[in-house]
Order: sequence, then C-alpha cells, then structure tokens
Amino acid sequence: MTTALRRYPVLVALCIAALFMVVPFAIVVVNAFKSPAEYAQNGPLSLPEGLYLDGVKDFWQRVDFGQKLVNSVLISGAVAVLAVVLSVLNAYAIGVGRVKGRTWVLAFFVLANMLPQEALVYPIYYLSKEAGLYDTRLSVIIVFTVIQAAFGTYLLSSVLGQFPREIIEAARIDGANKWQVLWRIVVPVSRPTLGVLLVFFFIWTWNEFLLPLVMLISNDNQTVSVALGVLQGQRLMDATMTNAAALLGVLPALVFFLLFQRTLTRGIAVGAVK
Amino acid sequence: MTVTVERGGRVTGKQDHPGRPRRRPRDSYALFLLPGVLAFLAVIVVPFLMNTGVSFTDWQGVGTPDWTGLANYRELMDDSEFWESFRHSLFMVVAMAALPTVIGLVLAAALFDYVGKHVGARWAAVLRACFYLPQVLPIAVAGIVWSWILAPDNGTLNELLKSVGLSSWQQDWLGDPDLALYSVMGVMVWVQLGFPLVVFMAGLQRVDPQLYEAAELDGAGWWRRFWHITLPQIRPEIYVVLTWCSIAALKVFGAVYVLTKGGPGGATNVPSYFSFTTFFEKTQVGYGAAISTVLTVIILALSLVGLKFQTRAEDAEEGIRA
Repeated sequence: MTTALRRYPVLVALCIAALFMVVPFAIVVVNAFKSPAEYAQNGPLSLPEGLYLDGVKDFWQRVDFGQKLVNSVLISGAVAVLAVVLSVLNAYAIGVGRVKGRTWVLAFFVLANMLPQEALVYPIYYLSKEAGLYDTRLSVIIVFTVIQAAFGTYLLSSVLGQFPREIIEAARIDGANKWQVLWRIVVPVSRPTLGVLLVFFFIWTWNEFLLPLVMLISNDNQTVSVALGVLQGQRLMDATMTNAAALLGVLPALVFFLLFQRTLTRGIAVGAVK
Repeated sequence: MTVTVERGGRVTGKQDHPGRPRRRPRDSYALFLLPGVLAFLAVIVVPFLMNTGVSFTDWQGVGTPDWTGLANYRELMDDSEFWESFRHSLFMVVAMAALPTVIGLVLAAALFDYVGKHVGARWAAVLRACFYLPQVLPIAVAGIVWSWILAPDNGTLNELLKSVGLSSWQQDWLGDPDLALYSVMGVMVWVQLGFPLVVFMAGLQRVDPQLYEAAELDGAGWWRRFWHITLPQIRPEIYVVLTWCSIAALKVFGAVYVLTKGGPGGATNVPSYFSFTTFFEKTQVGYGAAISTVLTVIILALSLVGLKFQTRAEDAEEGIRA
C-alpha cells in the first residue's frame, strides 16, 4: 500500500468531520462571552473582544439556574441509585435465581422499556394529581426509577446469568443466605457493570424532557433541560440570552463527558452487546 | 441476548451440570422480584392500560369518559394531520437510524481498521470522543444551540454563508415549511451519529484481528475488508442499532418541541408531539390516547422484528464460531 499518500487524506477527512461535530460547542462558548452590542455589530463568527460575563450572570439569576441545577442533580442522582438497586434485585432473581417463567418476566421488562412515554404520560399526569404528587420532584424520581430499571434489568439479567455458579454454590455451602450472597458477593463482583449503569441512568435522567416537562410546572421544581427547553419554546430570548442559556446547558454535559468519557464510550458497548 | 442464551442453554444443554439434581425450590428467589414487579405495575402497566382504555372514549380530562368504541381510531384514519405526522416519522427514521448507521459504519471501520492501526489508538479514541459528544447533550440544549445557529437573522450558518460569498444560499432554515423538516433531520443526524459509531467500534473489538491480517496479506483493500469482514462480523450490532435508533426516531419529541414546535404549519409535526398537543393543549385526551396507542403498536411491532433479526444474526454467528 502507498501508505503515506493514502493514509493522510482519510485522516484529514475524519478530522474535518470530527471538527464539524464539535464546532457548535465552540460557537456557543465563544458567543456566550460577547456583549449584546458586540454581538449585534460583529455577529456570531468573530472572536470575543473581551470577557463579558454579565449575560451569563443575568441569565443565571433570571431563571434561578442554581435551583435548576440542584433539582437536576437531586432527581438524576436519586433515580440513578434507586434504579440500580431495583435492577439488581430483579436481575438477581432472573439471572442468578432463574425463577420460573423468567423469559416472560424478562420480556415484560423489555417491553416496558420499549413503550413510548407518550402512551404513559397522560395517566401518569392524572394519577399523580390524584395522589397529590403532581409537580413534585418525587413523582419524577419514582417514574424514572422504574423506566430506567427496565433497561437495567434487561442488561443485568444477562450479565448475572453468566455469573460463575461455583462462587455462589460455595457461599451457599458456607451457610450464606440469598441476601448475603447478593450483597456480599454478587454486587461487589458486578461493581464495574453497576458503575456503568449508574452513570448512564444519571445522564439519561438528566437529559429527559417529555415527562419532566409535563410533571414539573413550577419554577422551583424544574430541571435544567425543562427550564431551558421551555424558555426556548416560548421564543422570548434574545441572542445574548440564548447564548447564555446554551452555554449553561452545555457545561454540565461537557463536565459529565470529561468525567465519564471512558465509561460512556465503553459502557454503551456493554449496553448494546448486551 | 439473554433470551438467546437462556433459551439456547435449555435447548442445547449447555448447562454446567446437566444431571445435577435440584436441591432447593428455585422460586424462593421470586421474592426479589416483588418490589420491581409492583413498581412496574404502578408506573407502567396501569398507566398503559388506562391510556389504552381512554383511547376508546371521548374525554376532556375531567368528569367521566364517554365510551365511543373505535370512533377515535376511525377519526384518525381520516385525519390528514395524523398521516402527515407519521410520514414525518419516516423522515426521522432516515435521519436517526438509516443515515447514522451508514455513516457510523464507515466511520467506525475507518477509525478502527485505519486510524487505530496505522496512525495510533489515541487518535482513534479522540476522534471517537468528538463524534460521541453530542450524545451526552440534553436534547433541549441541542435544540437551543441549533435553533440559534440556524436562525434566519444573525444565525451562524447564514453569517457563515455570507462571509464566504454565498449570500444567495441563506435561508430561514427552520421557518421555511419546505426546508424545516430537512433542517431538523440534519440536527438529528448530528445528535444521533455517536451512538452507532461507539457501538460499532466496540463490536469491531471482538472481531478476530487475524481475519483482517489475513485479508490484508491476501491483498484485500480497505473497501473489500469493510464489505467482506467488517459488515458480516458486526451484523448483530447493526440490527441492534437500527432497531434502537428507529424506535428513538419514532419517539422523537424534545427536538421538535424546542426547534420548531411542529411548525411551520405542521411541517415538522411528529406523532409524539401531535399526541402531546392533543393531550395538553386541545385536551382531547381520548384522541391523544388513540394517537399514542397507534404509536405504541408500531414501536412494539418494530421491536419484535428487530429482536428477531438480532437473535437470528447472533445464532448464525455462534454457529460460525462453534
């Protein structure tokens, strides 16, 4: 092969394509630090002349962004932990316990995972109103714990199905009961997979839109996604505000990405290759 | 795969100790399923059955629903807005499943079989990360970013076109009824691409490197290796990605809500947005429930078809390996 000649065009093409994927992020960062006057004069393509922070600060205060962050962290964190616990319990019974009819139980969870939220949203809205849970973060936590656990059960069942039986048998012979086997052996050994699930559940819940949009109407309860989406949907933002909103929405995602890059890109493999 | 493995385990007798007597009743593990099953009944099964039930009624969300049988479904069949929204779903399947799968395959093969081997694994990892980045962005935020890039006045794309002397190409990307759907599709390709890429690259890791080496020694070029090794080897992943992404495309909501609100003039309306507005803006709950029920049936059918292809591909692959 004429390596050098053939290798570089491909690499260059790939780099350009990758750049295209990243450019929108760069544009957001660059423009969030321009003053309205500067933006009006120079447009979105120029580099900022100085570091103008008032736009972001104003936006932060106007939408009480700190509260939105707290809500998102609280909801996503609680869902991640609870959904992993629920998935482990289900998968333990299906994968290790091999309960009767497990194929059907599993199919039930898979189907639950496939259901579009549109087919659940109105009854959930109605029932949560009846139960006095409407417009509470708890309602969203409960709903997403179950929805994420559907996927978690599906994934973990196959992982635990391949759990070395000898280890479990040995522990049973030593007198450990099923709870002890679960918490002292199965959970610690599966920790890498559980970690992947935790990260995924957190980010997925963070990014959710439809159900939180319907369930969380008061400003104090809204998540970052919902607050920004609603603002954008109302078409009330000027260019500077939009820039600030975009930056504040992008930043947490970038932080997660940098923190969990390895988990995400590898973990998805676990998810897809089941 | 779980299903396959377990079914396979029973059928082909791959158990560790086929003759092992069962010493304890296995069903005592069922207790561990209890919280999960109860939670599922409350949050998914009951609401789903309610939604299906309501779809046979006329209901405004208050008072008692009036049973109307199939009236909602009959009305749907004549509702051009309904057919339009599902036609747009097909466009979304192209943008979120077909295109990302094709592009993702080529990119994954190029990154794995080319950059990873001849330039360096670090390069491949960094490039992969760039392509994956949009996947972690909340769709609402992606919508904000793009609606601002695609804005008619002072939008980045139009400014960019002007600066390279292509002012005549400037468009109202999201506001022109003829263009809006394609603009949304473009954004969705950008959003979705990272998922197939990462899955395919992971799939390629388990392909025996000797296959590539042998093919390369035999003088097979990149394209032939792609066609004869990469594609057949990661067929299960391709089915998984196509199924998952098609389902995601049918469910697409946030992007449409933020980018276009289904407009202009319904040009980008999709079933999930259509049911959302019918539920919460028109408060025709029965009709909205019928829309979402149809969507559910389509998604479940698609899941079953996808699962079938996937298990078949995996069985075939296991056959080759055995």
